[in-house]
Amino acid sequence: MAGPANWISQIAAVTKFGLLSMPQRRGSVSAAAFGIAGVVAVLVGVLSIAAGFRNAMSASGSPDAALVLRSGADSEMVSGLGRPSTRIIADAPGVARTAAGPLASAELFVIISLPKISTGSDVNVPLRGVERAALLVRDKMKIVDGRMFDWGKNEVIVGLGAAREFSGLRVGDRIKVGRYDWPVVGVFTAGGGAAESEIWSDAAVLQAAYNRGDSFQSVYVRLKSPDSFNAFKDALTTDPRLSAEVMRQTDYFADQSTAVTKLITTLGYLIASLMAVGAVFGALNTMYSSVSARTREIATLRALGFGSGAVVVSVMLESVVLALLGGAIGAVLSYVVFNGFHTATMNWQSFSQITFSLAVTPQLLVQGVVWATLIGAIGGLFPAIRAARQPIAAALREL
Amino acid sequence: MKFAYLIWSNLRRKKTRTVLTLLSIVVAFILFGFLSAIKQALTGGVVLEGANRLIVRHKVSIIQLLPQSYQQRMQRIAGVAAATHQTWFGGIYQDPKNFFMQTPVVPEEFLDMHPEFVVPADQRKAWLETRTGAIVGRKTAERFNWKIGDKVPIKSTIWSQKDGSFLWTFDVVGFYDGRDKNTDTTALFFRYDYFDEARRPGWGKGQVGWYTIRVTDPSRAAEVAKLVDAEFENSSAETKTEPEGAFVQSWANQIGDIALITASILGAVFFTILLVTGNTISQSVRERTGELGVLKAIGFTNAQVLGLVLAESCLLALLGGIVGLGLAWFLTSRGDPTGGLLPLFFFPVHDVLIGVGLSLVLGLVTGLFPALQAMRLRVAEALRRI
Amino acid sequence: MSEPSGNGGALVIVDGVEKVFHRGSEDIEVLKDLHLKVPAGEFLALMGPSGSGKSTLLNLIGGLDRPTRGTVSIAGERVDELSDRRLAAWRARHIGFVFQLYNLLPVLTAERNVELPLLLTHLSKAERRQHVAAALEMVGLSQRAHHYPRQLSGGEQQRVGIARGIVTDPTLLLCDEPTGDLDRKAGDEVLNLLQALNREHGKTIIMVTHDPHASARASRTVYLNKGQLTNEQMA
Repeated sequence: MAGPANWISQIAAVTKFGLLSMPQRRGSVSAAAFGIAGVVAVLVGVLSIAAGFRNAMSASGSPDAALVLRSGADSEMVSGLGRPSTRIIADAPGVARTAAGPLASAELFVIISLPKISTGSDVNVPLRGVERAALLVRDKMKIVDGRMFDWGKNEVIVGLGAAREFSGLRVGDRIKVGRYDWPVVGVFTAGGGAAESEIWSDAAVLQAAYNRGDSFQSVYVRLKSPDSFNAFKDALTTDPRLSAEVMRQTDYFADQSTAVTKLITTLGYLIASLMAVGAVFGALNTMYSSVSARTREIATLRALGFGSGAVVVSVMLESVVLALLGGAIGAVLSYVVFNGFHTATMNWQSFSQITFSLAVTPQLLVQGVVWATLIGAIGGLFPAIRAARQPIAAALREL
Repeated sequence: MKFAYLIWSNLRRKKTRTVLTLLSIVVAFILFGFLSAIKQALTGGVVLEGANRLIVRHKVSIIQLLPQSYQQRMQRIAGVAAATHQTWFGGIYQDPKNFFMQTPVVPEEFLDMHPEFVVPADQRKAWLETRTGAIVGRKTAERFNWKIGDKVPIKSTIWSQKDGSFLWTFDVVGFYDGRDKNTDTTALFFRYDYFDEARRPGWGKGQVGWYTIRVTDPSRAAEVAKLVDAEFENSSAETKTEPEGAFVQSWANQIGDIALITASILGAVFFTILLVTGNTISQSVRERTGELGVLKAIGFTNAQVLGLVLAESCLLALLGGIVGLGLAWFLTSRGDPTGGLLPLFFFPVHDVLIGVGLSLVLGLVTGLFPALQAMRLRVAEALRRI
Repeated sequence: MSEPSGNGGALVIVDGVEKVFHRGSEDIEVLKDLHLKVPAGEFLALMGPSGSGKSTLLNLIGGLDRPTRGTVSIAGERVDELSDRRLAAWRARHIGFVFQLYNLLPVLTAERNVELPLLLTHLSKAERRQHVAAALEMVGLSQRAHHYPRQLSGGEQQRVGIARGIVTDPTLLLCDEPTGDLDRKAGDEVLNLLQALNREHGKTIIMVTHDPHASARASRTVYLNKGQLTNEQMA
């Protein structure tokens, strides 16, 4: 028997016969394909929740931005910094400056109860008090509806995500802060980051409403460059007047998202794995029936001289092609249904909602394809071996 | 029942195919079990007792504190049997990943309010006698291997002591178990008097996080809730009072519409299993056209042939379903697969029964179309097809 | 033994029967104006070239199909008028079938295959067992009762088929090319059996065949050609 070229043409021939016979076995072929499509869709769908959440968190910070909390606090909510401390932080080395002063915003972080539109029940929405420099510290900030709030007035602006997910946050609505109603005067975006889940106001005004005196919870600064971070951090941590925790914004947000991301990812893989096992059984079923329906045909080919190796490879190939078809359907389905879907969930560490969009990333789609291929390969392996091992004479006789 | 043998024999026909289909069904029901457990973990924290309890929190925000003086005023309201308070401590034990709730409480009041926490009498007494004492839920105690007499250091992220330190140490004086399967036994409870006295002045002293109220008449719970809120309207800290069930549910709702998500996933799973199983049954009926023709020739009626095919598909589905549900039960009883992120993890009996029902429905749906086809077979044609 | 009917002792009366099949837009007339009487206790052979309609006629007699025109009466009952459900019950009681390809259920043992028609009766398990044993004894296969069809030779499978056909003691035994798939020796065994059932037990048998050796064993042979009976021959 001649070399590889011959072998490949053998494989091509057997595979072609197999693929051509698929319309006859429409039922089991579509069952297997849709089974695999289901696995891929669920896997990609669930993981896109985690991916979207992570995206929202990582879009929230830039590498040249830093955040300072009280030492020991793992989130803004439980942190506390007095005015003197915030001044020290704003004047520290490494902080970018403009003519108006250092790019530092001492901020307040509280939560208020608002109804979530999708479930109708109350959720915790972040309410942040900021200083003037905040707009420059968070450079991706943009007002998209209405206007910025006036400093010193009891007014708020809301993030786009918050306006979408929680009721009563359109321009012109009023929300209850402390004892009074404050009007919503504008809607803003922040490059898709966590800030879009928040409601913002003037820190000074919020302090008054919450009886915070002159204390804050965090300071957001913009550094001269990403490399200035170390100098900035060292200066603050060695200062005896302060007891502070200094981190890059990107690290802070990544940290905040770990619990939720871990939960979703674990559950997502658990569910998808079980589904994949089920899909393997479905694929095995299909391929076994494919092979047995073509017993005589395969035996004839082998009697004519086609090698059993070629038979094995082509049966597996057929199975993989089928699986990839199913996987493609599943991938397209999950992209269409899930990508960009807006939702919100709770960030356990800050006890408040984060709004985000599901993200069907290229990596997820690749993962889906890989899973589909694996399912197809396993589903085709055993039937392939059986097809190649059948005694030719008996198979030829089979009715 | 005399047909049982016939039905059973037909399933033993292409063994590989039957086994594979059976396994897909088993897998689907294992998934069902896991999803039920997850749903239960995220939404099922309401205990029986919760029906006659209300939660009172600050109206504007859960993180704002309420005066401790409210307790007396609450207890004077008609319909209120008792009130007690708790405060979020926000502590970390060694590593933020080791998350569990800790709150200061007034021991006697608290245990009376929560009969689902079962504490042996001697441990209860020890707690009343030890100011720095704490009782720990069985689950957490086992997780960290704590024994009575251990000193547990917890770093609060919120509360510091008079000396400025955020580190608090408690003495483990007892453990509590849950009376119901649903009861969360992960929390640690310590004494409020120690907490209030030791916490830094000017930092929320004399203030508490939230109140739990027991009502005298559960059917009047909503009324009493309104009365409580009315009592504190226009004061410095307005309240929002709601039944404990609603309160717990709203926490779950903060995560998302869990019920919808699990239902959607299950829908996708069952749809694909339906396809696989339905296809198998259809195939096996098509292969047996001749045999079914013979049965009809012998004198089996249309209804009987229909019944045979349906019985086969139902038997297959039930078998797979029961095995799957059984395995799910076994696997979920091994505990939380996320390693501690979920407070409870078990497969509720009520959902097991739903699962059995679902498997029957699966059998009927997958078998119906092929069964109808079999029923409509023209005998002479069927015999010719052999 | 079946009782003679009131119509001149004829058990089976086929009167003016026509059968037309619709294939797409075509109408194929398979049987034309057929008249046939079969007295009780007869062993009738139906012969003819393929396509002559003999299997169709057998199906009509056996209640597996209905004539387009005409009547079919068996033991005084108008079979062509029965509803599907009544027909099924009627077949269970009155007809035994023997097929060319045996048509045994491969998942059942010989014993269980023979038992099948009895599942439609109200007999108890013990009574069913008895009848099955008797039928297998009659065809000489008692010792193969627990074997599956794949473990039996062609001739043995057909004999099991015959046992299944007689286990309910039916009024009529209908055989469609019973020896068509067997070699000479096995075929002879089957024909011996059919003859014995007819001569010693008085079973009325109608057998479709194209083998003259088979028809020679019958008491009467009729010929079909293009859907009509031609000359008759007495044995």
